[in-house]
Amino acid sequence: MTTLTCQNRMLEIGNGRAPVEVWEAGEGTPLVFLHGAGGLMPNDRFLQALAAKFHVHAPLLPGYGNSEGEDELRDMLDTTLHTGDVIDALGLVKPALVGHSMGGMMAAELASLAPNDVEHLALIAPAGLWLDAHPIDDLFAKLPFELPALLFHDVALGEQLMTAGLDLDDPDFLAEFLITSARRLGMAGKLLFPIPDRGLSRRLHRIKAKTLILWGESDRLIEPVYGEVFAAAIANSKLQILPEAGHLVTHEKPGQVVDAIAAMFGAA
Amino acid sequence: MKFTWFNLMPWPHLPDDFRETHRSVWVDIPSSLYDPKKGHVVYNTYLDQLEYAESLGFDGIGVNEHHANAYGLMPSPNIMAAALARRTSKAALVVLGNSIALYNPPIRVAEEFAMLDVISGGRLVAGFPVGTSMDTNYAYGQIPALTRDKYNEAHELIIRAWKEDKPFSFNGRYTQLRYANCWPKPIQAPRPPVFIPGGGSIETYDFCIENEYSYSYLSFTGYKRAQLLMDGFWNRVDEMGADKSPYRAGFAQTICVAETDAEAKELYAEHVSYFFNRCLHVYPGYADAPGYRTVKTIKKGALSQFTRSSLGTLGKLTWEELVADGHIIAGSPETVVRQMRELITGLKVGNIFCLLHIGNMPDEKTRLSTRLFAEEVMPKLRNMWPEWKADERFWIHPLETPLATSIPLAAMGEAAQ
Repeated sequence: MTTLTCQNRMLEIGNGRAPVEVWEAGEGTPLVFLHGAGGLMPNDRFLQALAAKFHVHAPLLPGYGNSEGEDELRDMLDTTLHTGDVIDALGLVKPALVGHSMGGMMAAELASLAPNDVEHLALIAPAGLWLDAHPIDDLFAKLPFELPALLFHDVALGEQLMTAGLDLDDPDFLAEFLITSARRLGMAGKLLFPIPDRGLSRRLHRIKAKTLILWGESDRLIEPVYGEVFAAAIANSKLQILPEAGHLVTHEKPGQVVDAIAAMFGAA
Repeated sequence: MKFTWFNLMPWPHLPDDFRETHRSVWVDIPSSLYDPKKGHVVYNTYLDQLEYAESLGFDGIGVNEHHANAYGLMPSPNIMAAALARRTSKAALVVLGNSIALYNPPIRVAEEFAMLDVISGGRLVAGFPVGTSMDTNYAYGQIPALTRDKYNEAHELIIRAWKEDKPFSFNGRYTQLRYANCWPKPIQAPRPPVFIPGGGSIETYDFCIENEYSYSYLSFTGYKRAQLLMDGFWNRVDEMGADKSPYRAGFAQTICVAETDAEAKELYAEHVSYFFNRCLHVYPGYADAPGYRTVKTIKKGALSQFTRSSLGTLGKLTWEELVADGHIIAGSPETVVRQMRELITGLKVGNIFCLLHIGNMPDEKTRLSTRLFAEEVMPKLRNMWPEWKADERFWIHPLETPLATSIPLAAMGEAAQ
């Protein structure tokens, strides 16, 4: 795959709020991607694959990268309204909405809150529900070296993707890492801590969008059984399970994920 | 100087292979390791020790709050303080403290602290910790990035509830009360002295200095490691133009006293080892929930003392190394006096939280160490800050003639007259 040229820009969202960093690339059907608690990866291979078929806008949640203003987002409603405002500020009307993990939860919340504004929705291993029989592991108590085994089917690939350039013995790097992590997961915690359930199960029935629910078969963080619950609650939905993929199915099987989204949304 | 005898109330029956078989003493330690029948003895022994400390002349006796923690068995410090309030008559009841972001609504703290102050005749020191990440976030489920905001709001409500003399409305983000109305009110008006446990965040320095609260550094790594942090505090006191009363600050120190240096090692080394190896065995994933500390504080390099690098090695140090590095102050009374002087002048503190019960130390050793400290160490340190002797801003103001709590009920009517 050739690396697409992309640009990150700062998007003004008005009302005195801090601007939001947006990754943008590709052509064709406009699509908004909402990232998970880990943010985007450098040269994010999933976004590259997605931009081969869509005009992708990936806004960074406040607390991530150059997006600030996270102190103003205190709960799920604040965050959902913020997501809607960012889509407005991008000048998009009913773009395809895709979210992974925490981003999937945010996308599902927006589609529940504003069911007439979202027509195409893809939820990739979304958070937002809780089943007592299938507890979701505590992401906030994990040490960096524990993450690849939790998030990847192919743990070696996970180690390569997640720890490339990571030197936690270097004090300067460690300080930077801790700040980044505190900002990102500090924000994520307002949606996911201590239990990643902010009442979405009571709202899912409102979703009208044609919805694709995608899961990695060996997702150890949020087990695929959650996909069945999402599928049962959303009327116009389809559940697709991808083999040999973990929670970061977007990075383990980017091509298959993009193909599934394109097939559902009817892009070329 | 003010000396407070502090008991963390550790569980003294953790198995020998605890470190190998469990990843953490805190948060996810199975409660099958707790035996309530043994716990009955443990609680009552610890309470007896606190009362014993008062009888020896300690200025204060101290309790604190932890949750899901085998080295700190006081989920409710106010219950302990209530038990002590009725059985003591002179010592300050240093509750260090209530994690005010955890009380719902937090006016509960204003009420319970007022109860303690009234029952004890004005002997309460009110501590307001943010609470560790282990307690506040992991064990009590508070959202890390909102914890400080919630703490600040709770503090505002409590202080106002003590001050106002009629009901008021409180419209907070986390607490809304149409009728905030604190009954009873504390004897110490408008508030008891307030101590704030801190770990190096500049926001906490400013908070203490602005409000005339005493900054209490509760470290387990000893006074030599605390120098930088306390220098930071005193620099901030200077910058803000406040006076340098030593009672603006306090420090917790593990102390072991015996007749000789050699006897101290012989008597106490195994219990110090228990404390550092078992009690402080905390899974680093629980040390600092992301968002709990502000970015400003992380940039200053003030990390939790429970991160792997700072505490993980202490258990491996020899007794001699622990003493040499000041992690513990231990030895004969002469040795301990010398080291305590170093601590007090180095950190410029007027309050010492004396950790004289350590790990699984049995009662008789605890009492020996406590008695030797009270009789042979404390008197030599008493007047280290003569120029601040009259500074009463940071200590209790009890009733001059409190009711004796041990008199028979029948005599109560007479005493009240």
